[in-house]
Amino acid sequence: MPAIQSPATEEIHPDVALVARAKAGDTAAFEQLVRQYERQIFRVAQHITQNREDAEDITQDAFLKAYEKLDQFQGNSKFSTWLVRIAVNESLMRLRKRKTSKTVSMDEDVQTEEGSIPRDFAEWRPNPEQQYNQAELADILRKTIQGLPPGFRSVFTLRDVENLSTEETAEALGLSVPAVKSRLLRARLQLRERLSRYFRKKQEGQPA
Amino acid sequence: MNCTDLLSHLSDYFDEQLSADLRNEIQAHTDSCQHCRVVLNTTRQTIEVYKGNELYEVSTELRERLHTAIMAKCLAKKAHP
Repeated sequence: MPAIQSPATEEIHPDVALVARAKAGDTAAFEQLVRQYERQIFRVAQHITQNREDAEDITQDAFLKAYEKLDQFQGNSKFSTWLVRIAVNESLMRLRKRKTSKTVSMDEDVQTEEGSIPRDFAEWRPNPEQQYNQAELADILRKTIQGLPPGFRSVFTLRDVENLSTEETAEALGLSVPAVKSRLLRARLQLRERLSRYFRKKQEGQPA
Repeated sequence: MNCTDLLSHLSDYFDEQLSADLRNEIQAHTDSCQHCRVVLNTTRQTIEVYKGNELYEVSTELRERLHTAIMAKCLAKKAHP
């Protein structure tokens, strides 16, 4: 290996080498991948399942599954996207098992247009950060995202919380790019509508 | 551009996927439409407030516990495939 990398090799994602080493049986390389992504995988699972114990189990299961199926990873996508996809599937499976009332899939419960048409037209003033302290704000944000159907919540989480690209989100969720775009718009609008209850500018003499 | 058109372009607007022409049309529409201006601003704030606040913090303790458990499971698998 030359000491100075050429521009072409610089474009290769550093995970590629780690994955190759892990495939060859290098546990330390796999452990490095685990370190890199364990927090993200936990957050994704927690966002989708809304349950901390489930998220812990899913994180462990997702990495174990990735470890077992490493030789099936073709490198067509980023390793992290592949991993997120495993975690999303585990999360949805967990939701189905928990089966609070209805079945859960990426396609169900997203048919409704409810909440996607803006109704609240008040500015948010002052900024949410100025209206609430950090703990209160986090509580509001958690409660609000919990109310979204899982099919919307997953798209919003990957795209806007975890900063995956639209294409990566589509791949991780097994959806088409147009489906991701449409769900993302509706998720954003529904969250906006719900958050407006907390953040909208209070009118004079009106209780908060 | 009317309000419905604006709504349909909203996500692409935030994701910077729109042509300069469409961006200008959106600008022109929001200059004159108070409702759409609010929807655009507060949707932007929605995205920002979620990006800016970590809702599920992973403590060092939790991370270590997870990490140890993951590696134990994988190494057990390696030893007994």
